[in-house]
Amino acid sequence: MKTLVQRVLGGDKRAAAKLISMIEDDEPGARKALRKLYRHTGKAHIVGFTGPPGAGKSTLISRLIKEFRKRKKTVGVIAVDPTSPFTGGAILGDRVRMPEASLDPRVFIRSMATRGHAGGLALATFDAVHVLEAFGADVVMVETVGAGQSEVEIAKRAHTTVVVEMPASGDAVQILKAGILEVGDVYVVNKADLEGADAMVSNLELVIPERSKGWRPPVLRTTASEGTGVEEVAEQLEKHWRHLHASGELAVRERARAETELRGALAEAALHRLAAKPATERKLRRSIDRIAARETDVRTMAEELLG
Amino acid sequence: MAKKIRILVAKPGLDGHDRGAKVIARALRDAGMEVIYTGLRQSPEDIAAAAIEEDVDAIGLSCLSGAHMTLFPKVVQVLKKRGASDIVVAGGGIIPPEDVPKLKKAGLKGVFGPGTPLADIVDFFENAAKGRAK
Repeated sequence: MKTLVQRVLGGDKRAAAKLISMIEDDEPGARKALRKLYRHTGKAHIVGFTGPPGAGKSTLISRLIKEFRKRKKTVGVIAVDPTSPFTGGAILGDRVRMPEASLDPRVFIRSMATRGHAGGLALATFDAVHVLEAFGADVVMVETVGAGQSEVEIAKRAHTTVVVEMPASGDAVQILKAGILEVGDVYVVNKADLEGADAMVSNLELVIPERSKGWRPPVLRTTASEGTGVEEVAEQLEKHWRHLHASGELAVRERARAETELRGALAEAALHRLAAKPATERKLRRSIDRIAARETDVRTMAEELLG
Repeated sequence: MAKKIRILVAKPGLDGHDRGAKVIARALRDAGMEVIYTGLRQSPEDIAAAAIEEDVDAIGLSCLSGAHMTLFPKVVQVLKKRGASDIVVAGGGIIPPEDVPKLKKAGLKGVFGPGTPLADIVDFFENAAKGRAK
């Protein structure tokens, strides 16, 4: 019998899908499998997509899947949607824009709920990216939840970040103040057939900074629903990937990603360990009472619980 | 972390009426499940492939065109062919009572006609997921 890890490495979709669920549910065995997979990762180009809801991220990704398949690449997609904070449930609807792709053995699409994690991604998102890398993906596209102005975690974790905007989604001041506009390596104004596209493009060109030395982020126009402009997006993504290699920026970003992942894992492990102590829950509740009664403050209590 | 229940809600066939499917999706979400909604006009092959990638516990099919006798069993068959017959399949829509036993015989674990209370459907999927967990 082949192990789950061997099956993932052999391009078995069912095995990759199971392992991603195990990671999401934090099941025993998931960590060990990831440890074994990790050395088979690191070759894929990880591309993050962010931008306001309705800008057309899913549609653009759906078109890019076809574009990358034309270029003989194996493609992975993780599409993140929000979990309801009240019920813990979620409706994951990004696949509606990506029909049929799953019949291709070299395309793997997975929907993922945030499960309470902030920043536009789920805790398990990048572990799942590693699974898709091991599955054989040459390109992994990560779609964040329809992000507002601060969900920029993706930029610290992807090799290339694409910011998708649409016409008339705000004037120049909105554009200037949005944190999201400082993170893109490639900007796409989708729905470019609508009025206001030219203004959006020139506003963007005015304010976007050079994100890394020698790379001026291009502002591209697409009408993803019709496929217009998508080939150019694929070109620019590949060009940026080559730029990262040639400039040495790749090593810088890989290190930044390792740091973000390690710090995240540390915070998670600390919480786990704290929660594992039997007395903690009681202590925690008592601490909450004391903070609410203004007897002490949050930071002091946190120190005390950790100590 | 507890195991989350994941359900695929899909509309096979050509009818464009997805209000019912959306109401079901929402009810399942409100019961704390993760619902993958794949939209209209999906072939049984598309649905099975998506269910496998999403590693769902069960699939809820909705069909209002009368083609359920062809499309619903086809989903069960494709899953079986792909080694995923552990994924539970249920269906709903305008289904005449006399079709229900035939669909069950074809491998559907649940068949829900018009007027089924939402709570029954939520219960069905919760139990289906529980039955599937080892």
